[in-house]
Amino acid sequence: MKTTENENIEIEMLLEAIYRKYGYDFRSYSRASIKRRILHRLAISRLKSISELQHRVLYHIESFEKLLMDFSINVTEMFRDPEFYKTLVKEVIPVLQTFPYIKIWHAGCSTGEEVYSMAIILKEEGLYDRSQIYATDFNEDVLRQARQGIFPLERIKDYTYNYQRSGGKESFANYYTAKYDSAIVDQSLKKNIVFAGHNLATDGVFGEMNMIVCRNVLIYFKKNLQNHVLGLFKASLRHHGFLCLGTKESLMFTEHENDFEPVAGKVKIYRKKIKTPENEASI
Amino acid sequence: MKHRSDFEAIVLGVSTGGTKALRMIIPNLPSTFPLPIVIVQHIHPHSDSYFVEDFRQCSNLIVEQAEEKVEILPGHVYIAPSNYHLLLECERTLSLSVDKPVNFARPSIDVLFDTAAEVFREKLVGIILTGAGKDGSAGVRKIKKNGGFVIVQNPDSAQVETMPRAAMNAIDVDLVIPLEEMVPTLLRLTGML
Repeated sequence: MKTTENENIEIEMLLEAIYRKYGYDFRSYSRASIKRRILHRLAISRLKSISELQHRVLYHIESFEKLLMDFSINVTEMFRDPEFYKTLVKEVIPVLQTFPYIKIWHAGCSTGEEVYSMAIILKEEGLYDRSQIYATDFNEDVLRQARQGIFPLERIKDYTYNYQRSGGKESFANYYTAKYDSAIVDQSLKKNIVFAGHNLATDGVFGEMNMIVCRNVLIYFKKNLQNHVLGLFKASLRHHGFLCLGTKESLMFTEHENDFEPVAGKVKIYRKKIKTPENEASI
Repeated sequence: MKHRSDFEAIVLGVSTGGTKALRMIIPNLPSTFPLPIVIVQHIHPHSDSYFVEDFRQCSNLIVEQAEEKVEILPGHVYIAPSNYHLLLECERTLSLSVDKPVNFARPSIDVLFDTAAEVFREKLVGIILTGAGKDGSAGVRKIKKNGGFVIVQNPDSAQVETMPRAAMNAIDVDLVIPLEEMVPTLLRLTGML
């Protein structure tokens, strides 16, 4: 019993130390996942306790950077959940068509696979040239990879399968060039994407978006941080702007349940309601 | 044998042959069964929740797909969705992650067992049924280390014996029993028989 109790105290102190020293706030991340990552880091660095790890992290920025990489959610794929993209084309694209200029915020974009998927959809629907995608993540390393747009060739088979099931209109091979073990995304997909640093836990509003995509990020957050981030999204969306969450994420039981209405409940596409108590005056 | 008040939750891991094996357990438990049951079955990343539906209809317990932030309750069976890891939080709520597959599996039995053992310690029952691979063997080791109780399906009675065998090689398991004895054993463990 003691070990678990002490470990839990040590984890809280480690997260507090990281926040105070480096400004990254993991204090409201779901604990089970964070704990597994910390214990894994502990095991491979051959330190005896989390307290020792805390000392390392405070005094050696390289140790912090390793842990930061452990904490960042860097598993993603192109066209993850084909049903989502299919529904997006059917339900959301026709609405976006009516705007002269489309601003999309992809929050927690990791290495960019889903951002490029969105770019492909927009291109096939003839919207890409008047779209601007802001793709953000707190981790500069993954952003660097995202900007490069180079993915392991071995994943392409899965991506092609996903793309086809998403209702893709072209041959997926049109969107990348294979070179050695890598697939390099088509340069034309990059021109309207800006990759930038943004931390959902500590940074502010990203204004006037037509659509926000943030998939499989909120599942890593505790309730209070989920509420905070959803508030941020609400403030960053235009009236009736779209919010796309991960298939297993939900607004139910959050403080912002009533600020959005479902567009496609099964794949978790929502729309910001025009009348929420706060914005009524500004319409 | 330990009984009733000793346990607060059951975690169960199963792979190849899982649906058949689970069909011999879940529908045969009474609605008054006092422990929540959390299940990881290895399924194809693209498969849907047909199998949850299937069990919902033939069970006395409330069978549902695991959702994040849901507190686990007695009388309920929670099944991990495809393509997500299922974890237990110290508030006794479920959480999901899209972290890398563990033992080539997502959901991974080890991930569930590891986090559940942290939360329930000696009040946890871990069960490994039929399956290929060795997912779950690190998980049962953690459950044992934290004082929990581990049951493994007798490999001879399993459709695929690798996974139960791997668990038995990892630790001294508390019980090795054939599938038919799972329900009576669980009822005895919880003081219902």
